Amino acid sequence: MKNLRQIGKSALLGVAVLIALVIYAYGFKVTKVNLDETRSPRRQEQLVRILRALARPDLVTYDQEEYVVNAPVHVPCPAGGYEAPAPNTDEPYMIVTPACVEPGGTVVVKGFNFNPGTTGPLSFIPPSEVSLRMGNIQVGADGTFEIEAKVPKRESDENQYVRAITRKQVGGPKISQTAVDTWDKIVETVFLALLATTIGLLFAVPLSFFAARNLMKDVNSPLTVVALNLLAIPIGLYLGGRLAGWIGGLSQGIDSIVIMLLTVILGPVIAYFGLRWALPQEELTTPTLQTRVIRILGLAAVVFVAIFSLYMLSALAMRIGDALEIALGAAGFLGTFLADLGDILGMALAVITAFVGAGVLSGLAGRLGKFLVRGVQARTAKIVMIALAIISGAAIFILIMMGINWLYQFNKPELIYYWPGVLGALGGLFLGVRMKPRDPFPIGMVIYNLARTIFNALRSIEALIMVIVFVVWVGIGPFAGVLALSLHTVAALAKLYSEQVESILVGPLEAVTATGANRLQTIIYAVIPQIIPPYISFTMYRWDINVRMSTIIGFAGGGGIGFLLIQNINLLNYRAASAQMLAIALVVASMDYLSSALRERTV
Amino acid sequence: MLKVSKLKKVYDGGVQALENVSFEVPKGQFLAVIGLSGSGKSTLLRCINRLIEPTEGKIIFDGEDVTAASEDELRHIRRKIGMVFQHFNLVQRSSVLTNVLAGRLGYVNPVWSLFNRFPASDLEKAMRELDRVGIADKAKYRADELSGGQQQRVGIARAMMQEPHLVLADEPVASLDPVLAHSIMQYLEKINKEDGVTVLCSLHFLDLVHRYADRVIALNQGQLVFDGLPQEINDEKFKEIYGRDAERVG
Ligand SMILES: Nc1ncnc2c1ncn2[C@@H]1O[C@H](COP(=O)(O)OP(=O)(O)OP(=O)(O)O)[C@@H](O)[C@H]1O
Ligand SMILES: [Mg+2]
Repeated sequence: MKNLRQIGKSALLGVAVLIALVIYAYGFKVTKVNLDETRSPRRQEQLVRILRALARPDLVTYDQEEYVVNAPVHVPCPAGGYEAPAPNTDEPYMIVTPACVEPGGTVVVKGFNFNPGTTGPLSFIPPSEVSLRMGNIQVGADGTFEIEAKVPKRESDENQYVRAITRKQVGGPKISQTAVDTWDKIVETVFLALLATTIGLLFAVPLSFFAARNLMKDVNSPLTVVALNLLAIPIGLYLGGRLAGWIGGLSQGIDSIVIMLLTVILGPVIAYFGLRWALPQEELTTPTLQTRVIRILGLAAVVFVAIFSLYMLSALAMRIGDALEIALGAAGFLGTFLADLGDILGMALAVITAFVGAGVLSGLAGRLGKFLVRGVQARTAKIVMIALAIISGAAIFILIMMGINWLYQFNKPELIYYWPGVLGALGGLFLGVRMKPRDPFPIGMVIYNLARTIFNALRSIEALIMVIVFVVWVGIGPFAGVLALSLHTVAALAKLYSEQVESILVGPLEAVTATGANRLQTIIYAVIPQIIPPYISFTMYRWDINVRMSTIIGFAGGGGIGFLLIQNINLLNYRAASAQMLAIALVVASMDYLSSALRERTV
Repeated sequence: MLKVSKLKKVYDGGVQALENVSFEVPKGQFLAVIGLSGSGKSTLLRCINRLIEPTEGKIIFDGEDVTAASEDELRHIRRKIGMVFQHFNLVQRSSVLTNVLAGRLGYVNPVWSLFNRFPASDLEKAMRELDRVGIADKAKYRADELSGGQQQRVGIARAMMQEPHLVLADEPVASLDPVLAHSIMQYLEKINKEDGVTVLCSLHFLDLVHRYADRVIALNQGQLVFDGLPQEINDEKFKEIYGRDAERVG
């Protein structure tokens, strides 16, 4: 019995080994393992050549001085023979023996006083001054050489020459053009990584909270409120966008710098005091309806003033930036930067205003929803809930199909409106019937799962592949690289960050919640202080990764040093490529060191 | 002022932590909650301000139904209930002052508190409360630079910032040495006697119960097994609360 089991075990092991063998054999086949190639002399010679080139990165060059030494020769021998004049033996000189020779004959050329160790071509110079190559000279350690060479079949009555040209490096080493280009590109690379990390950080920090289970699992609200929000948020986004467009249009009508300056200075002051008035710092009693309405109107005015002054700020920055760009000359990039910042602010404002619109409408929807849940009779609440669930279910499905249609353009109304509308309505009906009006709907977990899925999907696409899309959009260059790397960074950092949020201590969270703080206050007072050190360390780690990524993102057209490297490899310019590889190694190694040193300090 | 009726809590995993617990606390009382580890003391205290959602039952605080309160109403109820924890639950990397000011979060306008702006009156109050527990000089220190006893005093100051009508203290001295334990209990006593704040405090040591509590309730496996004066806990009652094999110490 025992033996049988052991035999069985051995047999199983044997089969496992066999399977492993087959797997590896197949692996060799598909990866085309070819040992003959590695041994072929031609390949080996190539390898040696490349390795030698790589070992000599093209970093420095020398100025070279050419030494030209001529020695007369007669082809063919004139009637009375030919005797070469005595050379000046203080300088490098050559003696050709014999001094006259029949066309195609052989001469021995001896050189003296040459620079030891130099090399160069030996040529025959007929009267036409075209140089005909006779061979290569190699000067020995004593400054002499000797070479036997054939004289070309060029006959002439005149003196002809044998000419040796040797080169000598003069002066100190100089930085080569390749080194200069490499430096330019490595700077570009480092800044590419910096920008991508910064942009990624800005987006990933807020997004990470949505992907943190411990924060999102308690976020739930009645189905009525969720349904109302689903309807209110897209409408709010749209209205906010329209509002931004309108205010932006208003601000474009203003051309005077003075008014711009005044708005930029006065706007924030008005907005601040408006806020102070409309949002008292502490209130023990609930204000009357009248004061609340007045305050809301005041807040609306504040929001208008704030958006308007920000648009003015954007216009002002672009104006001043453009002026500076011309005025500053070499430092004009500072002006360009300012103008770009203004432009970014303008674009961001539209998005922010849209979000403000969504926030306001969603707030209103929340109020209305609470009333519909608690302020009315149970039957009414139930009916309202079912109705809203049906409408919002249909709306969501239709919106999703509209998005898909935009991609695939099948343009069939029954696929875009009817079917999804019916399906969504049925889904809503199902939920609405099953839930009680006051039952919490776990909207937090829905958002959590959605955020997770998106981050994971984005993260699994390499930045090197993303850059291809961005290159099509904004053209080949570092900007496409920045965008691709940023997108990847957002997804990666949001995931890392959210895991940090999930591992915070619950004690402080509990304590702050117990004081009556709302969710946002809890995040600010209990979560953020706990996550600052890991956030810093992860950002640094990511910046490190981004530097590595940005060195190769140029392979796909994303700018940075990779662009140069792939070009040089394709041109078989291995010494230049070697210079770039060296630069990458240096930068990556020093980033590695720097970031680990900084991380040690902050954690 | 606090009325708990038929409270029941079943955790997600199926653990029944509280079963049919009912009691009432008049204003100004110092009520001790005792019971073995795992008997449901923490669960009970956390149900009162709904840090833990009760499964069944009703809690009335100051005439308001806590269990039925909406999110907004709940925040208004919570800000009147201070809480002190066994492990202090301070935000370690924030300053002592910020930790104390956090007690005002239920009162201040959320928009301003996002930028860490509190009214001047709150700042003064925070310093007064710190002064009262004797660590005003530590206001600028980071919370993790303080000793355990000092941290618990910050916890009390934070609770007092809420101008609470009720303080829930969950084993406030269980991680402190006996001398510190008494000093912390004396602060709670002061709050109770001087300010008239009702205190609900879970405790492990009977001598502390005898010394500070007006009244005791005891839990055993989630059920209320005793409700009376501290001196009424005789040997038999003790065995009922803590089990047949328990030995009395202290
Ligand atoms: N989050 C939770 N999920 C599941 N079960 C829990 C959870 N918290 C507590 N319990 C269980 O509920 C019961 C009561 O726990 P509770 O923490 O209220 O006891 P306690 O009296 O405070 O104990 P201690 O004196 O050790 O603090 C225990 O059996 C515990 O295992
Ligand atoms: Mg406990």
